[in-house]
Formats: sequence, C-alpha cells, structure tokens
Amino acid sequence: MSCGKEHGKVRTEKGRYKLDGKFHHSEPNTPIFNENGKLMGVTNPRDMTYVHSYGGEAIFFESLGKGKIMASRCDNPNCESRGSVFMPFRIHCPDCLMKSTVMDITEKAKTTAKVHTFMITARTGAFNPLPKPVKFVNVEFDGVVTILMGYLAVGEPKMDMRVVPIFNTKSPTYTILDLFWVPEGTPEASLPEGYTFD
Amino acid sequence: MITFSEKQLKIPKMTRPVYLVTGGMSKFGRAIPEKRTEELCIDALTEAAELIDHTPAQLKKYIHTCYYGHFADHFGDQLLGEAVIHDRLGLDPLGNIGIKTGGATGGSTLWEAYKTVASGYSDCTLAMGWERMDEVPTDEGNHLISCAADKDWETPLGHMYTGYYAVMAQKYWKVFGKEEASFRKAMAEIAVKNRGYGRMNPHAHGGKKITVEDVLNSPTVAHPLRALDCCLMSVGAACGILADEKTAYEMTDNPLKIDIGAGSHTLRVADRRKMEIPLLPNETKEQYADLGDRFPGGDRYPGFTGFLAARMASYYAYNMTGIHDPTEDLDLVELHDAFTISDIQTYEDIGIRPYGEGRTYVESGDCFRTNPHTGEPGKLPANLSGGLIGNMHAVGATGIMQVVEVAHHLWNRWGEMHGNEEKWKRFGRERPADWKDLQVKGAKRGLAISHAGVGSHVTCTILQHPDHILERRD
Ligand SMILES: [Zn+2]
Repeated sequence: MSCGKEHGKVRTEKGRYKLDGKFHHSEPNTPIFNENGKLMGVTNPRDMTYVHSYGGEAIFFESLGKGKIMASRCDNPNCESRGSVFMPFRIHCPDCLMKSTVMDITEKAKTTAKVHTFMITARTGAFNPLPKPVKFVNVEFDGVVTILMGYLAVGEPKMDMRVVPIFNTKSPTYTILDLFWVPEGTPEASLPEGYTFD
Repeated sequence: MITFSEKQLKIPKMTRPVYLVTGGMSKFGRAIPEKRTEELCIDALTEAAELIDHTPAQLKKYIHTCYYGHFADHFGDQLLGEAVIHDRLGLDPLGNIGIKTGGATGGSTLWEAYKTVASGYSDCTLAMGWERMDEVPTDEGNHLISCAADKDWETPLGHMYTGYYAVMAQKYWKVFGKEEASFRKAMAEIAVKNRGYGRMNPHAHGGKKITVEDVLNSPTVAHPLRALDCCLMSVGAACGILADEKTAYEMTDNPLKIDIGAGSHTLRVADRRKMEIPLLPNETKEQYADLGDRFPGGDRYPGFTGFLAARMASYYAYNMTGIHDPTEDLDLVELHDAFTISDIQTYEDIGIRPYGEGRTYVESGDCFRTNPHTGEPGKLPANLSGGLIGNMHAVGATGIMQVVEVAHHLWNRWGEMHGNEEKWKRFGRERPADWKDLQVKGAKRGLAISHAGVGSHVTCTILQHPDHILERRD
C-alpha cells in the first residue's frame, strides 16, 4: 500500500465476506487557524478500505491476468440488438436485459484494435498509479458496437493507429489496469514490467 | 437505446403552467473558509426573498416542498447534507429530497421542483443547490470527481475526469474543428468572452481581462484544451422558487413561465452506440445526409462528438414550449461551458447551429452581447453571467445560477442585481471602474443548459415572459 500501512484482506465463504486484518487507520484531527489565530475549522483525516463486488463482471477482470479480453454479446433471438458485441463488457444486454453471452475477443483485439480518439494529460487526481503524462486511448474493434477506454503504455497516440493489448500476467491487480495498449509492432522488451502480449 | 418508441418521444404536457417567482445566489469563490454551507444557502434564499420584497420568513410561508441539489456528499463529508440545510433553513417538517445528477444537479433539482408544482402536489417549491469544493486538496477533489465516472472501467485510469472528457474534445477538434488554427481561436474567444462577462458579476470569482493570446499561451491541460479553456471549481449556493400561476401572482407581479426537459446518455462514453440523429424542429434529415462527407468521421452519431442528452433535453423542451429556432425565438442563453470546446459542441446539440457548424455561432459574433464585427447587439448572447468559466462551477448550484441569471434579464433587473456597489463590498470585491450593465434590452425568452460530465444528464430550461409565451407544438 502506498502509505506503507498494513491493510486487511477479504475473502468470501458461503456467500459472505470474511474480513481479516485492519481496514482503517485513525489519525487525530488538527485545528485550522487564520492569520490572527482565530479558529476557522479542523482537518478530518481518514484512511479506509472499500470492499467491492465485481458480480457478473468478475470473468472480465479475472481473464485479463490470463491474457484474455472477454466481451459480451446479446444472443436473444427476439432482441433488436441481437448479435451486438459489447466492450466494455455488459452482464445484461442494455436493450432486452437478458443475460449476455460471454465471448473471447482477444484475437479480434490483437488484429483489429485501433485508436478512435485519445488524450494526453500531465494532471491526474490523487491515488493515480499511472506514470505521467497519462495517455488515454479509446479503442475500437471490428464488429464491436462500443469503444473501450484504455491506457497507452508505449509510444504516442494517434487517431486510427493500430494498437494491440498487453496484459499484467505476472502479478495481476484484477483491475482494468491489467489491460494496457501499445502500438502494433512494439517489441516485447519495451513493455512495462510484468506485462506480456499473451 | 438506439431506437425510440413513440411513447418515449412523447412531448411532456404538464397539468398546469409553472412559474419562476424569484431566485437568489450567494457569493461564489474557489474557497469560502469563513462560511459554512448553510450560511451560503441562507444568503441565496435571503437574496431571493428580497428580490420580491419579502422577508425570508414571509417567503418561507409559501414553500410547500423542497428540492436540494448537491453533487458530491464526499466533498462536504456529510451524507444527507440536504437534511442539514433543510433544518438550518427552518423548513422542517416539510417534505424534502436530495437530487444528484453530477454537473446537471442544479438543472435536475429545478426539473423535480417544476414537476411537483405542475402536478398539483405543491403550489410553491424551493429548489436549492450548492457545492463545497474547498474542503479537500485539489488532487483529492479531482479523485472524487473521477469517482463519478465508472469506478471499475474508468476511475483507475488517472483518477482524473478531464481525461474521460477530453477524448471527446480531441475527436471533435479533429473531425469538426479539422485541427484548424481558426477553430482553436474560436475556442479561445469563448474563454475571453466569458471571463470578460465574469468581471461584471459581483458573485463571480473567475472574471478576468484576458486576450486570445493569453488563452493560447496558457498551460496545456489536455491537448487541445489549455488552462484558460477550462471551467472553475467553486463553492457557493443558488436557489429558485417555483409556483403555480395563482400563487406566483400572489407573491410577485413578474413571474416567468418556466418549462424544463431532460435527457441522458451513457455514463461511460465507451458505451455509446451509433444511431440516427434525433431532429430538432429547425432541422431536416436531408441536411445531415452528407455530414460524413463534409466532416470525415462525423457520421458516427453521437460518437464522441455529440451530446445526445443535450439533444434530447432540448427536443422535449423546444416542443413543449413551441420554440422552432432557438436563435430566432430566444433572446439569451446560459450554456454549460465546462470547456470551451464542449460549449461549441452544445451549440449543435441544442440546435443553435447545425451539427458541424457550431463554431460559426462564435465566428459570426452572434454569441456576444455586442457583436464585435458590427457593434450591434449580438443575436443570441451566451453566458453573460460569465458561465462556468468566468463566474463559477459550484456544481449543485450551477444549473440554478444559470436560470436565475437568465431571469434577471427577463425581469430587466440585471443591472440592479450586478451593479450594486454595496453587494460588491459585501462580497469583498471591488466593482471594476469599467463596469458595464450587460442587461439584454427587451429580453423576453431565455434558455439554460445544465449538463453532467461526459453528457450523462442534461436539462434544458426555458424561461418566457408571460406576455410573450410561444404556442406549444403538438
Ligand atoms: Zn438483447
């Protein structure tokens, strides 16, 4: 953890969360005075941990660490969006609300992904783990009806540039940060530590 | 949803007309350490009461239900902050509810208050909005704002909302702006205009005399956006009082008819699917047949270049009120200028200009109070309050501030509400020596757009002077 403090671990057992360890760290507040020594307020420091369920999206986040991108498709024959492939993954079809079919689009991503638009920013919010400047790319795939937001780990983004996915397979975080993008043709040696093409 | 049923496109028909009776605002600032949020809300309500020669206690006697908008509980570290404000305003035990729709929170708060009067549940409602963005360090504030994006798919990427937004700016810049220096200049002119108008507003904390060159030389935030292209982060409160016709005329001689439409679109831009352009009353399908030829890439609608929510909100609002062409039928607008480029995008979404031609609203001089090319009044002045760039963006208050600002023009009281020397002093600000009354002469109708983030929620509020009400379209 960035603050160097021990944070608790969570598992589920029989459908319940089991928490083990320390989940928050208390720090005393401090007063805020103005230049004349008059009390204006107090600080309220806080450090806490959320416990969050991925539910039906767990398959997507689990697959990234195995070098796979799982998308979803509506297979309801009566749906006006039948056959639509969604990336970001949607647990249910947004039109008919039937459970989507999980499908592996890793190969499609490797062969057809390109940059729809992008942006580069040197300013980030607190808790940002990505090296700056952050290069966002919005990636489109053939046959997919939506456009995925991602992070370009190598090189400079350009619209319509072909990119390929790389995966944090060595020590997955099980977050969207396990999936980065690099320009097609990037040598393996240039990838960030822990990331691989497969 | 990429197709609409007839039922979904129904033009809202309210059971009875609704009027804006009065409104008020606090001082806005980047930080206001000397006041608690409730003090700012009391300032806003007091101003609203005084505007119609009531005491706050007299005004409160009319209020039946209360709507409170503030975007982020996290910023104030107070869940159910609405209940705190409601108590401090002394409005218990009346019914109240909190409204949250990100950047559109102010507009949505009015939308709810409006429907409550229209339905007959209440004869008079309070819509109060505020934001407290000075109680966390700026980078933590940016993190909190980024939590309004998808927390699994977007927030981990930089914890910076601008990043999720600027990809659209980038696409618009490429497709419709064609990366032209002249387009970049049109963006800069908006920043100059709105900061300039902000100088005339005692409530505002973003007023500044700057030039196009200043904008073009300010630090890059996310190409093509520079620091001076971006809106403020603010603290403050604003309120509006809505009533049915009978009650409104009991309270004041000058209520304004108010109507509000709302739309939405995916929280993640990533989830947008291609669809046909829903048309506004002043558009035809044919005019967009060659959009992709004129602007390669522009035929993927709404793609990353349009705000479908703004289009839908104005579709409902224009048809409810009979607006055919906003430039002809309205006298001024307050738009959600979070960034100069999103301001231009919105001109198209709400039909001030067709898709692809938003820049001409600036280039023609129509959006200025005084057209810089002709010296004549601009056709449809925009953001005379200073907007989010030159006045404030205290999120929950913003959409209400815009409506109050438009109303001041329709009441012909803009000069009085912004020129008052005593008010400038009370806010600890100095009225500029070249202060100018920005009152739009003879203003009869105006519009305000309240907009959330990447376009997840948008409301379109239309104010009309009761002597100049258009006929609704059916
Ligand atoms: Zn379906």
